[in-house]
Amino acid sequence: MIGVELVKLARRPRSWVAIALLCLLPVLVAVFVAVTHVVPPPGQGPTLLSTVLSNGELFPAAALAIVLPIFLPVAVAVVAGDAIAGEASSGTLRYLLARPVGRTRLLLAKLIALIAYVLLAVVAVALTSYVAGRLLFGDKPVALTPGGIATSNIVANSLSGTAMTPLDVALRTTGAVAFIAVSMLGVGAIALFLSTLTDSSLGAALGALAVLVASEVLVTLHAADAVSPYLPTEYWLSWVDFFRQPILWRDIDRGFAIQGVYVVVFLGAAWSNFASKDITS
Amino acid sequence: MITTRGLTKRFGPVLAVDDVDLDVREGDRYGFLGPNGSGKTTVVRMLLGLVYATSGTIEVLGAPVPRRISAVLPQIGTLIEAPAAYGHLSGRANLALIDASGPGPHGPRRNRRRRISDALDRVGLGSVDDRRVRKYSLGMRQRLGLAAALLRSPRLLVLDEPTNGLDPQGIREIRDLLAELNSAGTTVFLSSHQLAEVEQLCSRIGVLDRGKLVLQDELSVLRRPTGRVLLRSPDAGEVVSLLDGQVIERDGDRLIIADADAAAVNAQLVSAGLRVTEIGPERRSLEELVLSVTSSGSDRYGGSGR
Repeated sequence: MIGVELVKLARRPRSWVAIALLCLLPVLVAVFVAVTHVVPPPGQGPTLLSTVLSNGELFPAAALAIVLPIFLPVAVAVVAGDAIAGEASSGTLRYLLARPVGRTRLLLAKLIALIAYVLLAVVAVALTSYVAGRLLFGDKPVALTPGGIATSNIVANSLSGTAMTPLDVALRTTGAVAFIAVSMLGVGAIALFLSTLTDSSLGAALGALAVLVASEVLVTLHAADAVSPYLPTEYWLSWVDFFRQPILWRDIDRGFAIQGVYVVVFLGAAWSNFASKDITS
Repeated sequence: MITTRGLTKRFGPVLAVDDVDLDVREGDRYGFLGPNGSGKTTVVRMLLGLVYATSGTIEVLGAPVPRRISAVLPQIGTLIEAPAAYGHLSGRANLALIDASGPGPHGPRRNRRRRISDALDRVGLGSVDDRRVRKYSLGMRQRLGLAAALLRSPRLLVLDEPTNGLDPQGIREIRDLLAELNSAGTTVFLSSHQLAEVEQLCSRIGVLDRGKLVLQDELSVLRRPTGRVLLRSPDAGEVVSLLDGQVIERDGDRLIIADADAAAVNAQLVSAGLRVTEIGPERRSLEELVLSVTSSGSDRYGGSGR
């Protein structure tokens, strides 16, 4: 059943269009930056973008920062929201269940296809932006300091930081990719749960995005500080801590933990709702 | 094959199915009739474990549903309401996905291609091209849905309006196909509101009205002669005076006579020199039967519905 779900996802043009667009945006940014040599000053604009002129190897991380706030969650919410609701609205859900595919099995297969899609999307962005970064930008080693990356054209070792080897960059980027993938899985779990509630895939996807937007609003609101550690987007940007020396694990660990809780709770809710639901679509 | 006891389903305040005792036997061609909104689809969905009953028990192929639904469903082919397929894929690709989903008695992947070709042949789509299902006509979609139902050579076919969207030729083809499958041992459960279709195919019927099973019997028993003779004659006036008192109803040249023996009546009329255009035992049509036990459908609001 897992294979069937992967084939369905792979044969849907929409899946590939979404990934292509996700990859295209960072490349577009790279081209602009490479042509104009204008980068946002450190601390402003997309994270890490200010450093890529000196070292293109950091561009994958910058690219993930570009797609993370909106595009990636949208793509994930659309695929996850479509999982059950899409089958319901096209009428194929009743035929799948009458085949029979067990409801738990179907949900599990949808989840695994979703995980595969999230990983593919994140890795595809990382790889295309790596290629773009190597082609368009320099490869001077960049130094890391406890406060983050030493920016502009300062050559390694001239600061207190340690120079990053390409292997170092690759490992840190892998860590960031894993963190972002898990964060997106949290989004996917919410959308999957909503997908079992409604027969409209659009409704499920938008519902999940509404949760994220609400969370973003509350995270920046000091009056909501009491709840913000538990909001899904609170630690989204903590993967930047992979690019500090030494790596700041505190928020990374919390980010993994909170996403784990969201995934478990919403998948549980999705399962208990779907398994006991009357299929009238 | 299908036995339900006290089957009841409530959707919130609405009682959709009310205390239904279905009894479909092996080898039946069972016609499940009822006006729109009478609960036919809900019953079908409960038989297939898609909708859970509020109360009552269901047994399909000897196993309790929904508890052992995973053992039951592989032996059933279904067409529920309308056929559905992934529009961006071809018919064959759709069947391959369906075939690969879930277990089946024919499990192995290697003869999947042949199984799919066989099923497509049976429903008259054998030489269909690779166009996407989105481009299919309604009739082609219906045939594809039937092919999916036949993919596993089921013991029981549960079909909801299988000839929807087909032209008269296609309806005939599908009816012949179902009759052929039935004589090879497949039990056919056909849910429909097209009386003509059921009348021509089914051996047994059940009629649902407002969630209640109001009639369930052999069609041949229901359509037994009524003990009256139906007759047409250009000399209707003379027939009335000759048979004096036996004529129950007269409508122009059409007469209904209180006598079970059409041959005797015919001999009597002919010997009296009266001409007979048509004579035979009166039978109730399925339409009369069904209309006499059902109310108007739930899609009707106001007006002069009964």
